[in-house]
Amino acid sequence: MSWLNGHALTVITFLPLAGAASVAFVPREAVKRARWVALIVSLAEFLLALYLFWGFRLHSPAMQFVENHPWISSPAINYHLGVDGLSLILILLTAFLTPLSILASWSGISTRVKEFHLFLLALEAGSIGVFVSLDLFLFFMFWEVMLIPMYFLIGVWGHGRRVHAAVKFILYTMVGSALMLVAILFLYNLTGTFNLEVILQQLSSGQLALSGRAENLLFWAFFIAFAIKVPLFPLHTWLPDAHTEAPTAGSVILAGVLLKMGTYGMLRFCLPLFPHAARQFSPLISALAIIGIIYGALVAMVQPDLKRLVAYSSVAHMGFVVLGIFAFNTIGMEGAIYQMANHGVSTGALFILVGMLYDRRHTRLIKDFGGLGTTIPVLSTFFLIVSLSSLGLPMLNGFVGEFLIILGAFRRHAAYGALAAVGVILAAVYLLWMYQRVFLGEVTHEESRSMPDCNWREKAILVAMIVVMLFMGIYPQPFLRRMDAGVAQVLGRVAPGAAAPEYSWRRAPAAEARR
Amino acid sequence: MTTVYVHAPDLLRILPEIVLSVFAILVMVSEPFTSPARKSGLGWLALFGVIVAGAGTFVASLSPGLAFGGSLAADGFSFYFIFIFLLVAALTILGSMRYLDRDNIHHGEYYALILMATVGACFMAASTDLIMIFIGLEISSISTYILAGFRRADSKSNEASLKYFLLGSFATAFFLYGIAFVYGATGTTNLIALGERLTRGDLPAAASFLGVAVLLMFVGLAFKVSTAPFQIWTPDVYQGAPAPVTAFLSTAPKAAAFAVLLRIFVGSMASLSSVSFWVIWLSAILTMSVGNLGALAQSNVKRLLAYSSIAHAGYVLVAIAAALAGAANEANASVIFYLLSYALMNVAAFVLVAHLAGSGERCTNVEDYVGLARERPAVAAAFTLLLLSLGGIPATAGFFAKFYVFRAAIHAHLIGLTVIALLNSVVSVYYYLKLIVAMYMGEGKTEVSLGAVPWPLGAALAVSLAGIVYLGLFPSLALRWALSAAQPLP
Repeated sequence: MSWLNGHALTVITFLPLAGAASVAFVPREAVKRARWVALIVSLAEFLLALYLFWGFRLHSPAMQFVENHPWISSPAINYHLGVDGLSLILILLTAFLTPLSILASWSGISTRVKEFHLFLLALEAGSIGVFVSLDLFLFFMFWEVMLIPMYFLIGVWGHGRRVHAAVKFILYTMVGSALMLVAILFLYNLTGTFNLEVILQQLSSGQLALSGRAENLLFWAFFIAFAIKVPLFPLHTWLPDAHTEAPTAGSVILAGVLLKMGTYGMLRFCLPLFPHAARQFSPLISALAIIGIIYGALVAMVQPDLKRLVAYSSVAHMGFVVLGIFAFNTIGMEGAIYQMANHGVSTGALFILVGMLYDRRHTRLIKDFGGLGTTIPVLSTFFLIVSLSSLGLPMLNGFVGEFLIILGAFRRHAAYGALAAVGVILAAVYLLWMYQRVFLGEVTHEESRSMPDCNWREKAILVAMIVVMLFMGIYPQPFLRRMDAGVAQVLGRVAPGAAAPEYSWRRAPAAEARR
Repeated sequence: MTTVYVHAPDLLRILPEIVLSVFAILVMVSEPFTSPARKSGLGWLALFGVIVAGAGTFVASLSPGLAFGGSLAADGFSFYFIFIFLLVAALTILGSMRYLDRDNIHHGEYYALILMATVGACFMAASTDLIMIFIGLEISSISTYILAGFRRADSKSNEASLKYFLLGSFATAFFLYGIAFVYGATGTTNLIALGERLTRGDLPAAASFLGVAVLLMFVGLAFKVSTAPFQIWTPDVYQGAPAPVTAFLSTAPKAAAFAVLLRIFVGSMASLSSVSFWVIWLSAILTMSVGNLGALAQSNVKRLLAYSSIAHAGYVLVAIAAALAGAANEANASVIFYLLSYALMNVAAFVLVAHLAGSGERCTNVEDYVGLARERPAVAAAFTLLLLSLGGIPATAGFFAKFYVFRAAIHAHLIGLTVIALLNSVVSVYYYLKLIVAMYMGEGKTEVSLGAVPWPLGAALAVSLAGIVYLGLFPSLALRWALSAAQPLP
C-alpha cells in the first residue's frame, strides 16, 4: 500500500489511459468486450478514487499524495501532482460519472463502439490530469489534450448539428487557452518556474511583486479561459450547442466534469495568484454570475427541447458556483465547491434520463411527450427525484450547495443573495413546468403507450445516482470537512487579515447548515 | 586577394556534402544501366547515401571549425541543420519509391536531384560567406525547379515548375543584388568579417546601403521561406508539384533559408537589428495571418497544407523577431527546434497525401477524405496525429515547437506579437479539424486510394510519428542540442 500511496495520483491519472489502450486492442467486432473492459477499468478507477478520498488527511492545508519529478529540464517543467479537498471531490465526481456514462451508453451507442470507449477513457484521464496538476505547464497540457476526445465524442457520436457543435466547442475553449498560455509564459518569465506552490510562495513572501496593471491583465487572461469553460454569461454560447448535440455520455461528462474545470481553475489559480485583481473585479464578476443565473433560468423555461433546457439550466447552476466563489467567505466558497459536485450528479442524471427518453422515442421535444407518468411510472419517479434535486429541495444535494452559496452571497452583499434566491424559484418553475408537460396529464401520443419502462441497467444507474444525491443532501459532512483546509488557504490569499477571525466567526452558521 | 589552399581538415568538414554529391553522381551514372522495373534500387542507393552522409556528419562533427578560408563553418548549427536535411531527404526517398512506380515516372534522376537539392541546402546552412550561400541556394533551387515539374505529362506540374523557376530566379536575383550592396558598403562578403566591421562601427557612410541590403536579401530569402507578401507562388507550386516533392520542397529549402536568415540577420548583421527587426516583425504578422486565413478557404488538401506551411513560416519569423529583440540564444534554439518538428510533420503529411491521392493524384480534395476513418482507421489515426501536431495540440512535437517560440517571444517582451500568433494558431486548428471532420464525421464513401500502405512509406510514417510523439513528450534532449547549436553564430 505504501507504493500506492506514493504513486496514487499517477495511477489514477494513467489507469484510464491504460484502459483506453487496452480497448484499442479489442477486435472491432467484439463490441461487448470493449464495453466491459471500459466499464471494469472505470469501476477500478472509482475504487481508486474512493481510496484517495478515505486516505486523505483532514485539516492539513498542504497538498497531499504529492509527486514531484523533473520532466523537462529547460524550461524547468516538473511532473508535479497533488490534491487538496477541492480537487479530491472533483476527482471522485469524475470517477463516479464515467462508469455511469459508460452504462448509460450501453445500448444507445452502436457504431464504432470501441473508439467511443477509447475516447471516453482518454477523456477521463485528461480530466483527472487537469485536477491533479500542480505545475502550470502540466495543467495546461492536460487542459488542452482533453479537448480532443471530447471533440470526437461530440463530432462522431452526436446528433443533428454535431460537427458544428464540436468545432465551436473546441475553438471557443482554445481562444481562452491561448490567452492563458501567454499568461503562463509571462508568469514563468517573472518567476522562472511553472510550479504553482513556488509561485504562490514567491508572491506571499513579497519576493515577486506584480504591478497593478500586470496583475489585472494576468487575472483576465486566466479568468477568460476559465469563464469560457464554466461558462459564465456572456461567454456561454457554445454550451447549448455542445450539450444538445453530444451523445448522452458526452453531455454527462461535459456538464459533470468539464464545466467544473473552469470553476476549479478560478479557485486554484485566479484567486490565489491574483488576489487584488480578483477583489477588484469581484462585483463585476458577481453581477455576471447573477445575470447568468437569471438569464439561464429564463431561457431554460422557454426551451422546446428537453436537452437544451437542461443545458441552459447548467448556465444558471454554474452561475451559482461562480457567485459562491466570488463571495470570498468560507460558506460561499464551500457551497460553491459542493455545488460543483451537486451539479455534476444532478445534471448528469438529468442528461441520462433525457437520453433514456430519446432512446425510446427518438425525440427530445417536450411537445412530443405528455402523460408519461402513467406509461412509464418508474422512470417518471426517477425523473421527479432528480428534478427535485436539481431545483434544490431540502434533503437532496442541491439544497445544501445553493443554500450555502446564497448565505455566502448575502454576507457579501444582500442584493446578491436576494437575486440569487430568485434563481432558485425560477429553477423550480422551469423544471416543474417541464415535468408537468412531459409526465403529467393525459397521454398525448400513441407511441408513448408502448414505451418500455426502466430495465435493470437503467435502474442501477439511477439508483446509484439517487443514493448519492440523498447522501449528499443529508450528510454533507465528509465532503465539507475535506474542503476546510483548502478553502482556508484560498481565502487566506484573497481576503487576508479578515480571513482568520472571520473564518472562526463563520464556522457556526456553516456548521449549522451541515446539521 | 588571399589565396585559399585546400587542407585535409577542410575536406573533412564538408564530408556530408561530399558524400551526398558522390552518391548523386553514382545514381546518375547507374540510371541508364538499370532496367525500368528495378529503378527503386536507385532509391535504396540514394537512401544509403543519405545514411552514409549521416555518418559523415558525425565524423565531421568531431573536428568542428572553419573551412576554406572561413567561407564555411562546420559548427553545431550547421550540423543540426544538416541532420534535418538528411532526415527530410531520407523520409522523402522512402515516401517516393512506390509513388513513382505507381505514376510511371520512375526515373533515377529523381533521387539524384533530391540528393543534389540536399547538398545545396547543406551548403546554405554551413556557409559563412554570402557568395557560398548564394551558390548553395542555386544548387538547391535548380534541383527543386526540376523536381517540381517531374510529372512531365501533367500540365499542373509543368505550370508549378515554370512558376517556381521564374519567380525563384527573380528572387535569387534580389538576394544577389543585396550581396552586391553589402560588398559595396563594407568590402567583404564574409559574414564573420562583416560582423566584425559592423560592430567596429566605422562605416557611417554605409548605413543606408546596408539598410537597402538587408531589405534586398530579406526579399530573396522571404521568397524561399514563402513569407507574405512573397508567398503567392506557394499554393500553386505545392499543389502542382508531385506530392512527395512538395514534402521535400516545403521543408528542406525552407529550413535552409531560415538557417541563412539566422546566420545573416541574427548573427553577423545583428547591429542592424533596428531595421531587420521591424521587417521581420511585420512579415511575421502578415505571414501568419495570410497563411491561416488563406487556408480556411481551401478545399484541396495540398493547397490547404501549402497555406499551413506559410503560416508555420510565420511562427518561425516570430522566433526570429524575438532573437532580434534580445532573446537571441533561446530564440535561435526555438527556431531550430521548430524546424525539426515541422520537418517531421510536414514531410509525413505530404507523403501520406501522396499515397492517398491514388494514381495520377486524382483525390486531393477534402471531400475525398470523407469516411476514411471507417475504411482505414490506422491511416486516419496517423493523419489525425499529424494534423493535431501541425495544429499545436499538446503531447505532440508541434506543441513544444510553438511553446518554445512563444516562450522566447515573451522573454523578448513581444507580448502583442505572441497574442497574435496564438490566436492565429487557434484559427489554424479550425482547418486542421476540417480534415479530421471529413475523415471521422463525414457521411459517405471515401474516394481516396484504399490500397495498403507500402512498407517504405509505412517506415517513413512510423519514424515521423515516433519522432513527433517523442518530441512531444520528451523534448529536453533535442532542445538542449538546439541550444548548444545556437550558441556560436554566425
